[in-house]
Amino acid sequence: MGGTQRKLAFWFLLPSALVLLGVVAYPFFFNVWISLTNWNMFHFRDPHFVGLTHYLRLFSEPDFYRIFGKTIAWTVINLIFHFTLGLGAALLLNRNLPGRNLYRALLILPWAMPQYISALTWRGMFNVEYGAVNIILGKLGIAGVPWFSSEFWAFMAPVITNIWLGFPFIMVIALGGLQSIPKELYEAARIDGAGPVRQFFNITLPMLKPVLKPALVLGTIWTFNNLNVIWLVTDQGLPADKTHILVTYVYKAAFMYYRYGYAAAFSVFIFLVLVVIVKGYNRAAREEAY
Amino acid sequence: MNRRLAKIWQHVWVHALVWLLVLFAVFPILQIVAISLRPGDQLYSTELQIIPDNATLDAYRIMFTEKPFLLWLRNSLVVSLGTALIGVALASLGGFALSRARFAGRGAALQGILMTQMFPATMLLLPLYLLMRKLHLVDTLGGVMIAYVATALPFCIWTMKGYYDTIPVALNEAALIDGCSPLQAFLRVTLPLSAPALVITALFSFMTGWSEFMVARVMLASRELMTLPLGLESLFTTYQTEWANYAAGSLLVCLPVVALFLVLNRYLVSGLTLGSVKG
Repeated sequence: MGGTQRKLAFWFLLPSALVLLGVVAYPFFFNVWISLTNWNMFHFRDPHFVGLTHYLRLFSEPDFYRIFGKTIAWTVINLIFHFTLGLGAALLLNRNLPGRNLYRALLILPWAMPQYISALTWRGMFNVEYGAVNIILGKLGIAGVPWFSSEFWAFMAPVITNIWLGFPFIMVIALGGLQSIPKELYEAARIDGAGPVRQFFNITLPMLKPVLKPALVLGTIWTFNNLNVIWLVTDQGLPADKTHILVTYVYKAAFMYYRYGYAAAFSVFIFLVLVVIVKGYNRAAREEAY
Repeated sequence: MNRRLAKIWQHVWVHALVWLLVLFAVFPILQIVAISLRPGDQLYSTELQIIPDNATLDAYRIMFTEKPFLLWLRNSLVVSLGTALIGVALASLGGFALSRARFAGRGAALQGILMTQMFPATMLLLPLYLLMRKLHLVDTLGGVMIAYVATALPFCIWTMKGYYDTIPVALNEAALIDGCSPLQAFLRVTLPLSAPALVITALFSFMTGWSEFMVARVMLASRELMTLPLGLESLFTTYQTEWANYAAGSLLVCLPVVALFLVLNRYLVSGLTLGSVKG
């Protein structure tokens, strides 16, 4: 690359670099600093350095383990359903179904809608008396579910909402992958006497791996960090702040209870957990490659 | 004969499953349609019809005439278009430099950009909020826009860089040999070829602003500055939820983005997976 081109690259990069430094890198380090201070409602003007106090407090709170456990459960349950429903839908649509383009468009709708609208709409559908979900259950002869007064059901409501929201993404990704698998592979397998189940596990799944792996990483990050769904479906953690995952808990600590130092430490912790998870995925992928 | 029967059975099964999934996907949306058409005295109805008895478009009229829907729309457009403009302008240039130039710290910069995707929302929101309080940018549309650029820009740069990587360098070099300056070569050859990525970047950063609730909720307090998500949520009050108005407003907000999304989702997916595969 010549001198003028290098200069051009420099000028091209400069605006992005400055903006990223200003609105991403600087706030990031500022956040780390906040996490080491006692900045909160009572020390708004005079925060001072308290070291790792907040980090140590995290691990001594019983609530922390409950919320952490719930976050893991939230992520795992959602991903299992996203992948089974998404893959299932993709396999169905990959057959020569009449009207499959229409079905595909209809199945993408949950992903296309703004997330906050989906979440608010589901909140209405989970209304105990007038919500569509309990009305349907009633018509099927099943007793209505007390969605937001029981801790268990208040957790299931956002889980159901998020399963609805997330499966189309996996479906679209898997559908793209399925269409690039050569048909000859299946023909060869059929001649060798492999049934549909073996074809799925020996051809389809391995061939989909390259597209499903990045989707798994992205899905994990998005689900783990999903603020909208829990916050809006359970109306800020109903019943009585029992339904929180890490991010919604931090958001509430920061912006409803003004515990800035504590919330900042919590953010750093969540970030580190995700870094470890993603590194773990990458290592697993690399080991498999050898 | 038995085989044909099995085939028919299979056919029925496949269709039943597809229909079940479609019903699950579409039902909440049909609910919004139904509620938006309900007359005022049936808001707490326990019927599930899609077109209710005495259906009316009143809620739509109310949104435009009695509710500040147009004001919310204006605020949302300002914030979303601003974010999209900044996102596309910066990412189309920065992504090119990251794709073509080799310099010290490039690897670290790319790693850092990927890392931002793992930030929980509060990671940047809290410090940005505290900084903007000092700069008196809280409760301004500009402040919200800054927060949206911070979330959208890393992804935009990554998408653009990934796309430039797929355009042969030789094309750019041919233009240079023909006497173009490096800037002309970029503007006349590489940039026009990147149209699909530019569209995705624009759409993505626009959607960041259009559909964002949790940041706006913290950054904006004045009623005159409410964006659409804040406005629609404000129809949920402690005592009474204006369901019909909310549903009508939601449909109006959804229609344009859903239409765009259906047209463009193929590109969006390839942009997402391309970026992460190369990481």
